[in-house]
Amino acid sequence: MSENKSMGQVFFNGIIPENPTFRLVLGTCPTLAVTTSAINGVGMGAAATFVLVCSNLVISLLRNFIPNKVRIPAFIVIICTFVTMVQMLMQAYLPSLYESLGIFIPLIVVNCIILARAEAFASKNTPILSAADGLGMGLGFTLALTLMGSIRELIGSGSVFGLNVLGAGYQPMLLIVLASGGFLTYGLLLGLFNLAVRKLEEKRARKEAEEA
Amino acid sequence: MSANMNVFLFFVSCVLTNNFIFSRFLGCCPFLGVSNKVETSFSMGMAVTFVMTIASLCCYMIYNWLLIPLGLKFMNTIAFILVIAALVQFVEMFLKKNSPTLYSALGIYLPLITTNCAVLGVTTLNVNNGYNMLYAVLNGAFSALGFTLAIVLMAGVRERLESSKIPECMKGFPITLVSAGLMAVAFMGFSGLV
Repeated sequence: MSENKSMGQVFFNGIIPENPTFRLVLGTCPTLAVTTSAINGVGMGAAATFVLVCSNLVISLLRNFIPNKVRIPAFIVIICTFVTMVQMLMQAYLPSLYESLGIFIPLIVVNCIILARAEAFASKNTPILSAADGLGMGLGFTLALTLMGSIRELIGSGSVFGLNVLGAGYQPMLLIVLASGGFLTYGLLLGLFNLAVRKLEEKRARKEAEEA
Repeated sequence: MSANMNVFLFFVSCVLTNNFIFSRFLGCCPFLGVSNKVETSFSMGMAVTFVMTIASLCCYMIYNWLLIPLGLKFMNTIAFILVIAALVQFVEMFLKKNSPTLYSALGIYLPLITTNCAVLGVTTLNVNNGYNMLYAVLNGAFSALGFTLAIVLMAGVRERLESSKIPECMKGFPITLVSAGLMAVAFMGFSGLV
């Protein structure tokens, strides 16, 4: 079904063309909630990537054994197992990150990106391709969260990854790290992304018209 | 008297100051996805309220009477999500048989509730905050009412947005997110209330 799809194509698909955050608008809750600083964005992205790769791999390996009727509950149990693993590992080795991500670690279970990839990709493709897809999607998600976290941290507290960038004289705009800033930043970034995609498409169309 | 007062303060804190969407970011997917019309978003809100209240009760009982005695505390996420999925399925079958009008009003929103992070979120919060049974159920019901308030308000704004001129690249999700951000600013005004 997917012999002509190469690993690289599947991998890069998740990073830009189908970026889960900016193109598919999936998994909005963690995107809005944890991106108050860049490091939180990276942590959340890494946790979700781990779960995505593992669950895609396992679901793809079991895809011929899971009856079609109970596939959603089966997927959820598989995803949940990996989320619990991440939760325990983080609690043991990264307690401060665990504290700041809080309730959103168990909530990776209901992150629509993971279930959507399981349903749309892993249940139809080979294990290796599914893992590549999970990795690509996860990295796309991580990049988006890191970008948003960096912007909000820069405006809201004048630093990036905890390093002071804008100097001591900068008056932090507290609104951006509060709840409302999440919605505003995400909305404006999404608008910018749409604009960029539209401009690129126009350019490509013009070039094709010139060549023809 | 003072117990009543406590419940009232808890209500205000769940619905306004700690609104699920505007300050906790739980349940954003349905909030962005189904807030097109006031009627449908109200149905969605009611369905979520129903499930969240019962889920809070069931998960409280399972956690305290089954998982803790068996020493399986770490299994709470798996147990809760299975309880919620089963519950949604059960509610769907029950409504289909006993109240077809309500069932058709809620339509496709019922199965969607399983993956609504507000439901799993409230059960996890109940455990983390160590609420007793009454407060766990109240937390479920009141938080869901806050969710309903937010989604209905948002639907009202979006109905207006449809007839206004918006730059092409901001149509759809971006403008919805920006309006939600402005509403969150308004909700920040409640923060000193409790």
